Parts: sequence; structure tokens; C-alpha cells
Amino acid sequence: MPIEFEIPESVKNQSNLTEMVAEQVIRKVSRYFDEHEHERPWEYINFIWPFIQQMEAANLKRSLEVKKNGHGKASGNGQKKQSTFQVRMIHMIENLSWGDAGIYLCTPSSALAGAAIQAVGTPDQKERFLDRFTHGKPKWGAMAMTEPQAGSDTSNIQTTARLDPETNEWVLNGEKIFVTNGSLASRESEGILVIWATLDRSLGRAGMRPFVVEAGTPGMTVTKLEEKLGIRASDTAAIVFQDCRIPYDNILGSPELKKPGARTEKGFKGAMKTFDSSRPWVAASAMGIARAAFEFTRDTLAAQGITIPVDAAYHELSAIQRDLLDMETQLKAGWLLTVRSAALMDAGQPNSLEASMAKVKSGQVVTRITQKCVELLGPLGYSRELLVEKWMRDAKINDIYEGTGQINTLIVARRILGYTRKELK
Amino acid sequence: MYSFDLSEEQRLLVETVHRYATRSLRQAARQAEESSQAPADVLQSAWALGLLPATLPEEYGGFGEHSLLNGALYVEELAYGDAGLTLEILAPNLVAIPLLLAGSEAQKQHYLPLFAGEEMPKMAAAMLEPVILFDHRKLHTTARRQGDHYVLNGSKAMVIHAADAEWFLVYAHDEEAGSTQAFLVPADSAGLQVGDRNLWMGFNALQNHTLHLHDVQVGVAQRLGGEAGMDVTNVLNSSRIAVAAMGVGIARAAYEYARDYAKERVAFGEPIASRQSIAFMLAEMAIEIDATRLMVWEAAWKLDQGRDATHEAYLVARYAADMALKVADGAVQVLGGHGYIREHPVELWLRNARGLFTLVGAVMV
Ligand SMILES: Cc1cc2nc3c(=O)[nH]c(=O)nc-3n(C[C@H](O)[C@H](O)[C@H](O)COP(=O)(O)OP(=O)(O)OC[C@H]3O[C@@H](n4cnc5c(N)ncnc54)[C@H](O)[C@@H]3O)c2cc1C
Repeated sequence: MPIEFEIPESVKNQSNLTEMVAEQVIRKVSRYFDEHEHERPWEYINFIWPFIQQMEAANLKRSLEVKKNGHGKASGNGQKKQSTFQVRMIHMIENLSWGDAGIYLCTPSSALAGAAIQAVGTPDQKERFLDRFTHGKPKWGAMAMTEPQAGSDTSNIQTTARLDPETNEWVLNGEKIFVTNGSLASRESEGILVIWATLDRSLGRAGMRPFVVEAGTPGMTVTKLEEKLGIRASDTAAIVFQDCRIPYDNILGSPELKKPGARTEKGFKGAMKTFDSSRPWVAASAMGIARAAFEFTRDTLAAQGITIPVDAAYHELSAIQRDLLDMETQLKAGWLLTVRSAALMDAGQPNSLEASMAKVKSGQVVTRITQKCVELLGPLGYSRELLVEKWMRDAKINDIYEGTGQINTLIVARRILGYTRKELK
Repeated sequence: MYSFDLSEEQRLLVETVHRYATRSLRQAARQAEESSQAPADVLQSAWALGLLPATLPEEYGGFGEHSLLNGALYVEELAYGDAGLTLEILAPNLVAIPLLLAGSEAQKQHYLPLFAGEEMPKMAAAMLEPVILFDHRKLHTTARRQGDHYVLNGSKAMVIHAADAEWFLVYAHDEEAGSTQAFLVPADSAGLQVGDRNLWMGFNALQNHTLHLHDVQVGVAQRLGGEAGMDVTNVLNSSRIAVAAMGVGIARAAYEYARDYAKERVAFGEPIASRQSIAFMLAEMAIEIDATRLMVWEAAWKLDQGRDATHEAYLVARYAADMALKVADGAVQVLGGHGYIREHPVELWLRNARGLFTLVGAVMV
């Protein structure tokens, strides 16, 4: 395929729908759920669920087929129809987040858990854990890596997984915090959680594996619901595991352990692939918030007679016009990096570097744009009458989760320099 | 569909120009800058690549079609080699592309084949003026209609190849139409005088002069636009894409140089690249370069599709200007004191990045 920037037809149709949902279903309850922190936006959840089921079904079917036909390297001879899953995801997420990023995060879906299972799960595991997202009541997937003492430094997680040889079960013990949709996935629906635990602490990363825990499993308890700066509609839970037993087959990737630094740390690396898809999602969500703030500010100023010129001489622009042009360009820069990272993944090409680039840029862009919009709109921007101040609060999370801005910059830096973790700390 | 792969032809184009840019332009750049003289053989071999004829249709002597995307691809590579020499190489485009986009059929038939010969044609474009607050919509050079000819008055700056040009494409404010118009003016016209060579902070090898026009008469048939003026939009967009692509090229050169240097240079017992404050600068550069390139491609692709992307082209030209300057400045910083010394190219790229947008960029942003 030569260079092209055309939005695929199927994505366009879907995009029209999600735009409509964002405008008519989400926006109008945006403020309400910001001010009623632990309530659930059921109207949205029920509305979007049938649509999500279709997407989940299509994605599950495709991934099972790809597995059957050899290893997903579909691009080569152009015979197989190329996936548009990631591109559809980012368009959807961008639109929904334009409506409200917190409510978007309440979307019932396999989400990060699904991404992890898709990245390293066996066909059997995909069936067993992901099929539930194609029928029945709304369900959520969650991914729990972070612990009180281990955020950016994921190698420091302390939650343990021990094999009980008598029952052939894994036994999980530890505490996870900041789990997005943790409560929804573990006790408010028949969802699933992907929990990162260590089989052998002395091995560091090489000893870590993701495990799937199904909702309602004894020994898993939600201990806290966080109260946050923004995305207040989103469920952020702390979960404690106390002798939580799960079947042997719930481990993702091989249980076999390699010495650290051995050539393959496959279990860990394989599952880190989750980030290749989840980072573009976060980037897309960031871009949705940024567009919301930009469009609102642009239109409000336009009503005051301050418009964006098509191509006026620079010295004729006012400071506000320059700010608007800058925002508009930043928006484009962040979005194109996001599109590229998603399209590469759909094409079956490596995208880790590009995903981190998109994440870094859009995290910065959304922070800068929303803060600027609050500034430009004066007291209106700061007022809770409008949503601009909320967008500024919502924005910030995008520079924090799925790897902070610094951590993703670090990843980009290592890749462009060809450095290992040791060489660039 | 979204896709970011080059076609087979584009890959070949990029490879060819990249090879030329690194083997010829990059090698010649320092000497050219210091001696204020672009080596004729290097320019001739650039012309021999046939980049301009490849954008002209067959009926006008070329062998291709006008594609801004292809243009963006090869211009980035040229500027990666050296931006100053790139301006010299692209100088004929500044006349040929406006002719192609805004000229009458007769003008195209007559002049465009001149751009498909063995030698670089002796043609020079005169747009920029020696003023601050330059605006291409409000040129100080005037064109007053008198019967079947116009009378041109004013001064132009940075007219590349003015010294031995046979034709000038002079932009002026058409007082009757109230807008910008361009005229093909023979160099031997009475009242036309090539002035001093312009000296800048960078681009020292660039043969460029001031041009003075004092009651220069030119026939109506030499006018590019119609009675109502010339539509400069497409011409400007083409330049915006080119200049933004040059920004990407300069930035990429500076970034790669700084990156490689940072891995070699040891301070406090470690390569400086293994410190975050250096590594993060390099990562930011890489991200910004990619983002800008994607914006260039998108705008070029849209324009090639015949869609309106004036605003996008305008935005990316501005963005590329800031980006190139920031990256080149960062590259000097990464090299420390060594970056300030003329033995390394980064100081030249910093000067060029600034100049590209002060001089060329001023025209369209
Ligand atoms: C609302 C919300 C939802 C979340 N959802 C989830 C979820 O679903 N699942 C999950 O597992 N986690 C989730 N997280 C956790 C999130 O991913 C972490 O908070 C994040 O990775 C940062 O970890 P930390 O908070 O421990 O910060 P720290 O790791 O303590 O970092 C503090 C600061 O130091 C910087 N820093 C750390 N190490 C380096 C380094 N090597 N170089 C340069 N700078 C460095 C960081 O960038 C940051 O600025 C969520 C967090 C929030 C707030």
C-alpha cells in the first residue's frame, strides 16, 4: 500500500455512530458523573454494549482464524483482508472521549485484559475468556499491574503466584492498586482481570507472568475506590488477593522460567505487547479530549469575532490566533502519530516505538491544549458551569497511565539509541 | 485506508536522492559554505537526476506528473544532505512550478521545455522583498497597466541565480487587479538591474542577489495570471510543502548527527547518551521529526488528490520552521562546545534552519 491518509469506509460508518453517541448520549451526562463519582453511567453502558459485542465477536473470530492460518503475518501477499481493528478502535475512542473520557473508560469491553489475552493467549484461552464479551449482560475486563510500591518500575511487583501441586492451581497473594474498571470487572459483572504476579521474585522481570482471574473468584476483594482529579466517572479500584486460587490454565504465556538476561524473557516480553495496542488507545483518548477543548474554545472565540485565518501573514495574527493555530497543529501532530501506531499494528508490523511516540506526544498535547483553553476562556474556562475545566482535569491522566510521559520517552530513547535497560536507566 | 509505506517507485526515488545527498551534497557543503561558492559539478549532477522533469508532463517535455508527495520525499532527502545547496538545486522549480500551475497553455508550451534540457535553465524567481513584515498579498513591487504592457517598479531580495539568469519570474502587486501577479521578464529588459549579492547568516554558497526594477516594461502576454490576478494558492502550497519537507530534512540530519555523537562521547565515565537529559532530548527530536513528516505527507497527499489543504500546508510550514530550529539548536547543545566549532556541521544546520524560514518561509507563512 502506498502512502495514504484516507479513513477506511467501514471506519467512517462506525465513526459517524460513535460521534452521535458521544454527542447525544455521553456529553449531556458528562458533568453529572463528574460530580457523582462512584455512580455508573448505565444509560451509556446499555446503549453501547450491543455494538461492543459485535466488535468483540469480529475481533475474536479474526484472531482465531489468523492463528489457524499461520501466525498473523497477514500483510505479505495482500491475499488476506487486512485488519482494521486498531484503526477502528482509535477512531471510536477518540470520538467517545470527545464526549467524556471518564465515561468512555466505563465502556463494557475486554479492554486491556482482552489486549493481553490477544497478545499471548492460546486459542483456547481466547475462547474461554473473551467469548463472554460477545453475548449476555455488559461485562468488563481489567488489567492490574500497579502496586503501592511498584508503578513505573514494574519489575518490582510483589504479588506472588504459587503453584499448588496438589490441586494444580495457582495461588495469588498481594495487593493491586489503581485498577481501571477493577470493581466493575471483579464484582459488578461476569468480567475478567489480568493480574501480573511473580513466580520467583529473585528473577525480576523474567519471573513475572500475567494470570487471568474471573469475576467472583474467592480470595479477590476490592478494598478501595479511589477519588480522583479527573476521569471521575471511571472506576479505579484497589484489589487485594488473599490465597486466591485460579486454574492452572489461567496463566498467559509459558510457565517455564528463564534466567534473567537470558536471551528470551518471553513470558514478560510477549505480554508487554499489550502496550503496543493499549498505548495508541490512550493516545486516542487524549486526542479526543484535546479536540473537545479545542473545538469548544475555537467556537466560543469565533462567536466573539476571533477566528482562525486560513493562511494569513504571521505578523497579522493576534496572540490568541497564534495560540489557536498552535493548538490546531499540535492536535494534528498527536493524532497522526496515533493513527500511524494503530495502522502499523493492523498491518502486522512492529509498532512499539511508534506507540510510545504517539503516547508521549498526545499526553503532552492534551495537557497543553486543555490548559491553554482554560486560560483563553478566562473565568468561563475555570468555571464548573462549562466542561473546559473538567477537560483539563481529565487530560492529565493521559500523561500518567500506560507508562508516564517520562517512561514512554525512555522507551523511545532506548529504541532510537539501541540501548538496553541497563545502558539507559 | 491508512498506509505509510512508500511505493516501489517512491522507494527508488528516495534511495537515489539519499545517496546523492549524502555522497555529494553533504561532502561538498562545508567547503561550499566557507568559500561562498557552490561547486558547479555537484549542481550539474543534481540536475542530471532529472527531478524537475519528472514532475512535468510529457507534453511539456517532461516525463512524469506533478506530485507534491514525491516532491516532499525527495526534498527531505536533499535537505538532509545540505539545505543551502538544496535551495540552489530547487531554484528552477521556483519558476517551473508556477508556470505549470498558473501559466497559460501558450506559456507552458513555450517555456516548460526549457526545464527539460541537459543544463540547468537560467531562470530566476523574484518574490521576497528586502522589507520586514513581508506579505505576499501586499507586495511593495508594483505593476501598473499601460495599454498592452505593464510597468514594474520595486526591489526584490534573495533572487537565486539572478547573476546569470536569462529570465526572471517577478511577483508584483497588480494595481488594477488589486492582487499579486507574476511576470516573465527577460533579463535584458531596460530598467532591470541585478544588484548586490545578498549575504546572510547561513546559505553563504547560495548565488543570490537583490534585483531592482525601475520602470521595467513587460508585455501582457508575459503575465501568468488573468485579468483578475494570479491564483497563487497552489504555487504557495507547493512551496509550503517543499519548505516544510526541507525543515524535516535539516532536523533529521541534525538529530542523527547528535544521536551518533552522544553514543560516542564519554563524560563521567559513560556515553552522554546514557543520561536521560540527553537521551530525552534525542527522543523528543525523533518524535517531533516523525510528527512533522506525517503532517507534511498528509497535506501533500491531500493536495495531490485535488482537495483543499491550504490551511494544513500553512500549519505544517510553520510547525516545521519551529521544529527544525529547535532540533538544530538541540543538536548544537548535545555536542556542547564542539557543536559551536565549525568542524562539525551542526552549527551550520542551526544557521540554515533559521534562514530557511526567515527567507523562504516568510513567503508563505
Ligand atoms: C486513574 C488511574 C488509572 C490507572 N489504571 C491502571 C490500570 O488499569 N492498571 C494498572 O496496572 N495501573 C493503572 N494505573 C497506574 C499507572 O499506570 C501508574 O500510576 C503509572 O504507571 C505511574 O506509576 P506510579 O504512580 O507508581 O509513579 P512512579 O513510578 O512512582 O513515578 C513517579 C514519577 O517518577 C517518574 N519516573 C519513574 N521512573 C522513572 C525513570 N526511570 N526515569 C524517569 N522518570 C521516572 C515518573 O514518570 C513519574 O513522573 C492507573 C493510574 C491512575 C491514576
